[in-house]
Amino acid sequence: MATGDIEKSVSELHELLAHKDISSTELTQTYIDRIHNLEPDLQAYLMVLEDQALAQAAEVDRKIAQGGVLSSLEGIPMAMKDNMCTEGVRTSCGSKMLVNFIPPYNATVTNRLQAAGTILLGKLNMDEFAMGSSTENSYFAKTRNPWDLEYVPGGSSGGAAVAVAADEAGFSLGSDTGGSIRQPAAFCGVVGMKPTYGAVSRYGLIAYASSLDQIGPLTKNVRDNALVMNAIAGHDPLDSTSVPFEKPDYTKFLVNDIKGLKIGIPREYYGEGIDPEVAKGIQSGIQTLIDLGAEVSECSLPHTEYAIPAYYLIATAEASSNLARYDGVRYGYRAESEDVLGMFKSTRSEGFGPEVKRRIMLGTYALSSGYYDAYYLKAQKVRTLIKQDFDRAFEKFDVLLSPTAPTPAFKFGEKSANPLAMYLSDITTVPINLAGIPAISIPAGFVKGLPIGMQLMGKPFAEGMLYRVAYTFEQNTNYHTLKPSMSREVLARGSR
Amino acid sequence: MKISREDVEYVAALARLELTEQETQEYTEQLNSILDYAAMLERLDTSDVVPTAHAVPLHNVLREDQVRPSINHDKALRNAPDGEEGFFRVPKIV
Repeated sequence: MATGDIEKSVSELHELLAHKDISSTELTQTYIDRIHNLEPDLQAYLMVLEDQALAQAAEVDRKIAQGGVLSSLEGIPMAMKDNMCTEGVRTSCGSKMLVNFIPPYNATVTNRLQAAGTILLGKLNMDEFAMGSSTENSYFAKTRNPWDLEYVPGGSSGGAAVAVAADEAGFSLGSDTGGSIRQPAAFCGVVGMKPTYGAVSRYGLIAYASSLDQIGPLTKNVRDNALVMNAIAGHDPLDSTSVPFEKPDYTKFLVNDIKGLKIGIPREYYGEGIDPEVAKGIQSGIQTLIDLGAEVSECSLPHTEYAIPAYYLIATAEASSNLARYDGVRYGYRAESEDVLGMFKSTRSEGFGPEVKRRIMLGTYALSSGYYDAYYLKAQKVRTLIKQDFDRAFEKFDVLLSPTAPTPAFKFGEKSANPLAMYLSDITTVPINLAGIPAISIPAGFVKGLPIGMQLMGKPFAEGMLYRVAYTFEQNTNYHTLKPSMSREVLARGSR
Repeated sequence: MKISREDVEYVAALARLELTEQETQEYTEQLNSILDYAAMLERLDTSDVVPTAHAVPLHNVLREDQVRPSINHDKALRNAPDGEEGFFRVPKIV
């Protein structure tokens, strides 16, 4: 396998495999070597499944040897955020609480990727229980941004973004409750899709906020993203919130043409707190789309500023309920105590980290007697208003466009002391989860050497439209082909 | 201050959390600052607005009541911190 092959996209790797230029075993071994090279610096992985991955690859190679035709993801090494259940493989959710949890079953996405013939390289670091925007809340490790090791990778799917950005995996799966796929994708310069709520099964995804959580792919380019969506999307009877819809072939939308498409720019996404350099970068991206024939105009989503409080009340209320199950009885961490109430309390106090406890506290308060109407119910009503903002905007526009995050990646420790400041940086991503619509982040330039992302938002189940605009943008820009310099250096080291 | 120290202690008890002195202090401050911020929701008149629980609501998701294979006893207990003879063991309750 040639040096540089590891940077190739899923569809390019598929060609190499199909033409027997490389074997899946060679490809998998190359990824494993690279993981060993880079992990001391990056710490994207919580677990690497070397033997299992090579065994899976050998199986694909047997099929190739017998003249079998490979489907598009077959033999491609990938990795999953550690909140998706993998039978027999520890799934920690980034928490001490689940440090020994070995799921007795697979998540539906795990089964679907297995059925697609992919190779599972390992499980990826994340903020504990997916609560965070920097992956600093992981119980296990501090994942670093390959573009600059002093900076966070974003979160909560920080490991999933870094693994793809640094070519430690062909693609990855993350989950997004308030931006947890899109924001790290933006910070690390990769493509990240948060699908429509209900498009991808949540069965086997460890719950954070059930009405907002959604699994989606992080990839090196838009085509790869559509290929992975083809494999994971679709109705699942095991998830009662999974929507029965006619799943399209998402690659059909990959056309280099956006002439006449109407793109709206919500002015509220350029408010206080947005880095002027980011705004400038996105402006230049908008100009590119105008030059390609899109009709762009400004619009308004008037309730945007209310999205942060509504989100943090709803998400924490659901979390406090979902995380009530961690009681030290059936699985997970247990602290010893004389009586059962003491056991519950010690287990939860020792097993959860500070951010998880903070959110359980806030959510329990919002749901507690006397405050339910003022906080939780109020937030759900505001959620309706936010959703209606989008409904109205989509009467006029095919797609809405904004920066994915108000700033590029920040330094470790910069925001962790002030939870509210960390929450406020989610202003461009949380409204999308409240409305349940799909949104994609694509690489759109650099500010001081760090990547920035452009977010495209669409109508429910209009992932195809997002892929079309994203693909057209990608075909006419080169941001997605640029690689972090640290990975170049390590590549050079490896080839000596 | 919307939330007092006592409120925080009460909520911690509801959530089955045992907070240290420092955590109690920190959470009192932080929850207050978060809820002060959330107070902006009061500015919106929502008296005629229907709450949204799910963005893509599905109603009455039903299935046939069929017997199907499920995770067996042994597998279900394998992650138990303390199990005995097919049961979960917990400290004395009464």
